Amino acid sequence: MNMKRNAAMLAGTITLFGTILSGCGGGGTVGQPAGQSAGQAAGQSAAAEKNSKPYAGTTLRLVTANHAWTDLIKPKIPEFEQQTGIKVNLESYFEDQLTQKLTVEFTSGSSSVDVFMMRPLQEGKMFIQNGWVGEMTKKDDPDWDFKDFTNASTGSLIQGGKLYGVPIVTEREILYYRKDILEKNNIPVPKTLDELKQAAAKLNDPNNGFYGFVARGQRAAAVTQFSSFLYGMGGDFMKDGKATIDTPEAVSAFKTYGELLKSYGPPGVLNMSWPQAIGIFGQGKAAFYTDADSLYPNLLDPQKSSVGDKTGFALFPAGSKGQTPYNVTSWSLAIQAKSKNQAAAWEFVKWATSKQAMTALQGKGIPGPRQSVWNTDEGKKSFPPELVNVISKSNELGKAYDRPILINVGEARDVIGSVIVTAISGEDVEKAAKQANQQFQAIIDKEKK
Amino acid sequence: MARWVERNIKYIFILPSVLFVAVMIVFPIGYTAYISLFEWSMSSTQAPKWVSFGNYAKLLQDARFWSALGRTFYFTLISIIVELMLGVIIAVLFNRKLKGINLFKTLFLLPMVATPVSIGLVWLLIFEPTIGVANRFIGMFGLKPQMWIASPSQVIPSLALVDIWEWTPMITLIALAGLTSIPQDNYEAAQIDGASSWQMFWKITLPLLLPTVFSAALLRIIDAVKTYDIIYAMTQGGPGYASETLNILGFSLGFQYFQLGYASSLLMLFFFLVLGISSLIIILRKRIEVLQ
Repeated sequence: MNMKRNAAMLAGTITLFGTILSGCGGGGTVGQPAGQSAGQAAGQSAAAEKNSKPYAGTTLRLVTANHAWTDLIKPKIPEFEQQTGIKVNLESYFEDQLTQKLTVEFTSGSSSVDVFMMRPLQEGKMFIQNGWVGEMTKKDDPDWDFKDFTNASTGSLIQGGKLYGVPIVTEREILYYRKDILEKNNIPVPKTLDELKQAAAKLNDPNNGFYGFVARGQRAAAVTQFSSFLYGMGGDFMKDGKATIDTPEAVSAFKTYGELLKSYGPPGVLNMSWPQAIGIFGQGKAAFYTDADSLYPNLLDPQKSSVGDKTGFALFPAGSKGQTPYNVTSWSLAIQAKSKNQAAAWEFVKWATSKQAMTALQGKGIPGPRQSVWNTDEGKKSFPPELVNVISKSNELGKAYDRPILINVGEARDVIGSVIVTAISGEDVEKAAKQANQQFQAIIDKEKK
Repeated sequence: MARWVERNIKYIFILPSVLFVAVMIVFPIGYTAYISLFEWSMSSTQAPKWVSFGNYAKLLQDARFWSALGRTFYFTLISIIVELMLGVIIAVLFNRKLKGINLFKTLFLLPMVATPVSIGLVWLLIFEPTIGVANRFIGMFGLKPQMWIASPSQVIPSLALVDIWEWTPMITLIALAGLTSIPQDNYEAAQIDGASSWQMFWKITLPLLLPTVFSAALLRIIDAVKTYDIIYAMTQGGPGYASETLNILGFSLGFQYFQLGYASSLLMLFFFLVLGISSLIIILRKRIEVLQ
């Protein structure tokens, strides 16, 4: 072979390979643009220090979940950009992928995420303990008015007296029921779980494709909606570091939930998370449904539901030990501890959680955490009046968590959820609860070390 | 310089592929093997803890691992056996010169081309016990409505059914290629000797097709063992844990429980399992070729 030709071919190959490699390199340094723009911002803000836009030129990376909140805030972001000169790059992911993505990015030590959406009860503890979440040091800003947030909504975000995130979406478990069916059969709205069981039994008519009760039956997804049953029976997930899911109270809660779905629920409930369950209720195939109040727009939307004008809302029924629905912050906004744009990130959080912004969002149907917004007509207008009452009552009664507060929530939910599955399948609940309690205790013990 | 290049040109030209394999295949596997020896929960405050083979020991005592392993085999076995039989039979039918067979062939290949996740979502609706088509369909034959993927005992066969629907066309495709390569003289000679078409199938077609079928089986078994997309899209391992295969379990351990060391040890075992199965099939195939 010709020597020169070989050398030329080699040179070509090397160039090509080099191009590919540098392409990879470019993809790898995601953090760079943010860092650069921070430098730029420093330069520019020196000149604009006395202006009203101290952070003009900064670029923020906002990582969110696919959620109605994101859809509603998106069109408003240009307003914020105009007011402050800060550029916001928004990304959104399905919630499970969001946790995975953030965990991987934070573990790798990347500083490119500035502001992100966080579920305080799902990943909050893990993120905060790992030092990934920045403290909200400027929460005492009088214009912003931190005291306006309900205590229940901020409880899960305060650790060691420090605030690690700002609530944006809150949720309570309520009872959805079919007004027309109850009226026709002369059944009052159930106030206790016993009454609910009797009513569901009476209305259950599987031969005609109508069921007394529907709720989530999928292993991990069911745990949060089961929590209000557990509290109502006087149980809890854990107490003083001891797992308590095999106590008589917990077992009776598992049995109640399982019995309702097994005897009066639709077939295939073991595969149902909220989209399937609300689908059954929305298609007029069930009389009662328990789930989060924030799902109600799905039932009022005539394209998704045929029962919009027939749906009633009631306070979650009382168990043998009282009425304790969960009342939680399902989503919050947090700032990454390593973000290079802390001040600008706070500007964004302050703007997105201000009274005005929250009033506008709540006006579109997102139940928020600010008490003052609930007191305005604007804040209530998109909610059915019946639901507003239920929400404010639940705000008083509720417990601030709907799953055990741990670092490894995912594993704990699977363990607890498997007892729910056992109960719905009609198998030995005591045995399953005992076994799950041991596994659950092992998870708790591991985190204590 | 030019002389050096000249002398080593054969190594230099394979260098890019060697580098690629090293970076994209050898390194990830090596690193997985390395972290499988640690207990690491993806925490920034707690460093990975060296546990040597502790993760493997724990795995071998984990009931969830053994059930997942059993389910993986169960799923693979049903899918592969049915797919191979159906695939070969359909290939033999397609190999006849009939009118409009090409249109039929094209239509038949469609399931293989569709995106697995959307296949999963479509079958999710088909299997819906209350409103799904599957129960309507079996109802026409007077059968009782079934729970399909909502029942712990039916979920694996139901998922295998989806896999069969999706991947039988691939076996057919490979078998068709094998059929066209069988020389026609064999059949002519057999015809002269007065063989029936049944005899020709058993004595000529099947033996000559066997090596091709083995290749197809190898590809499908590896794929079926590591099926993830349709299972995750349809059941996420449920109801309960009834459809949790090794891959689904590995995903839960790694990305939902964040036990990276433990998940890695599972994946290493899984890796050797796949390696073992493929070697076994390759050896079997060689034996058969020798026999012929």
